[in-house]
Amino acid sequence: MSESGYLQILKDGVWTQNTGFVALLGLCPLLATSNSVVNGLGLGLATTLVLLMCNVAISLIRPLVRPEVRIPVFVLVIACAVTAVELAMHAFLPGLYGVLGIFIPLIVTNCCVIGRAEAFAFKNGVVKSAVDGIATGLGFMLALVLLGAIREILGQGTLLGQADLLFGEFGKGLTLHLIDDYRGFLLAILPPGAFIGLGCLIAIKNVLDARARRRAAAKPASALRAAEA
Amino acid sequence: MRRFQTITSPHVLLETSVGQVMRRVLYAMLPGVAALVWFFGWGVLVNLAIATAVALVAEATMLAARGKPLAAHLGDCSAVVTAWLLAVALPPLAPWWLTTIGVLSAIVVAKHLYGGLGYNPFNPAMVGYVVLLISFPREMSTWLIPHGVGQTQALTLAETLRAIFLGAPVVDALTGATPLDVLRTKMGLGLSVAEIRNSPVFGLVSGHGWEWAVLGFLAGGLWLIYTRAADWRIPTGMLGGLALISTVLYLINPQKYAPPWFHLWSGAAIFGAFFIATDPVTASATPRGRLIYGAGIGVLVYIIRAFGGYPDGVAFSVLLMNIAAPTIDLYTPPRVFGARRG
Repeated sequence: MSESGYLQILKDGVWTQNTGFVALLGLCPLLATSNSVVNGLGLGLATTLVLLMCNVAISLIRPLVRPEVRIPVFVLVIACAVTAVELAMHAFLPGLYGVLGIFIPLIVTNCCVIGRAEAFAFKNGVVKSAVDGIATGLGFMLALVLLGAIREILGQGTLLGQADLLFGEFGKGLTLHLIDDYRGFLLAILPPGAFIGLGCLIAIKNVLDARARRRAAAKPASALRAAEA
Repeated sequence: MRRFQTITSPHVLLETSVGQVMRRVLYAMLPGVAALVWFFGWGVLVNLAIATAVALVAEATMLAARGKPLAAHLGDCSAVVTAWLLAVALPPLAPWWLTTIGVLSAIVVAKHLYGGLGYNPFNPAMVGYVVLLISFPREMSTWLIPHGVGQTQALTLAETLRAIFLGAPVVDALTGATPLDVLRTKMGLGLSVAEIRNSPVFGLVSGHGWEWAVLGFLAGGLWLIYTRAADWRIPTGMLGGLALISTVLYLINPQKYAPPWFHLWSGAAIFGAFFIATDPVTASATPRGRLIYGAGIGVLVYIIRAFGGYPDGVAFSVLLMNIAAPTIDLYTPPRVFGARRG
């Protein structure tokens, strides 16, 4: 496998086939926990860890599993990984665990985890699967953090509020109060804000992609013209 | 070779345009707006002015961004109608940013992001109103006491402008709850409807002052129906639905449920029935469907008022029935002439 192959996997996971913006998988946790940057970051990290563990494990046991029973096996592996991550989070980040609550165990049902297991890890080697797991997780985290930032700024006028939940004492200094005496735009924090925000982010991503395509299409033409001249 | 000149239908053209209908809606709102200005002061007019200005700027910006002709779309006044419908529903001393956010949500999000006039599934003015209602409950429930209740002096224009643009605090004695608010809170305290209605906020039929605004909107609405700018079926359905359910519950327990005439005559019932629910874009399009659509709004309004968490529910009901409108249309197609019944 060449270098560019891994880069391609990374690019696919984070941007081209982003779970949140393109595949629209795992929308329940994405919409529910993205009301602040720290919540988004916490769930993103947990999901990335789960994706990495599952992809590696499933890629390793690939020769032992008959295709007929692969889905139950995936579910078992994912459930184990999620339980491990949940227990670790409960032990080391109790504050964040309290905030995210049910959404950590619910990573089991996140379709992007089983989706990557089925579509990638079951067909590829360990290293590639690991890279894919990290890339997909980072893509999901990107969606969570962007949406969380938009909703937190609009809704509370802060950024990285309650960062101590994730970073300990050090995090208290990270919180930015962008607008003093902000009344709060409740809609952004409430569920409709998540849907509207996600819609806007998807639209922005599509615009960026369309612009990139136009530029790519224009490039050969201009190169041709330059060659003719 | 053809012997006769043939033209496709329509053969009889009605000289109406979108702009004409929209302007009629604006004219029809004038009597009700005048009553509101009389009882609640300059704030109503200032709100209308802010909303109109923001709506025109937002509409022009979105049209330019979408590459649509500016003059044709701005000239049809649809943005102004949306702005007015929203502004009339706002408290008279709503801060300027409240009005601005509401109008921007209505024009930019609810109208243009869904494809512009004719494509929006939800009533833009009501989307703007609901965004404000759930985001800023405190600002949205600070209403002025109508002129003539208590011994308060009306605010001057300068005082109104200071309150709206600079956020100057308004004397507490000037603000108060709306009649539907009073009904809800006092009902929670266990008082009966008859006791609550002794409160000075209430007038002959519903709220003091409010009832004249309702009368104005009723007059304007009837004129809209007379000129066929609005279909009679939607207000009939809505007021009929509201009257039916409120009568039934009033007959069951007059102590606990307000009489039907109070429900019909308070809050946004009349205004909503004639001006908001009749929006031709988001309402049901078939004749029978319009009756069902209206009745659905009426019943939902009553359910939200009597059992829900908000004092009035016209905006929520209209949005909920907007979702249902395509399905209603699907099941109520008009009979094609000559087709068999049943």
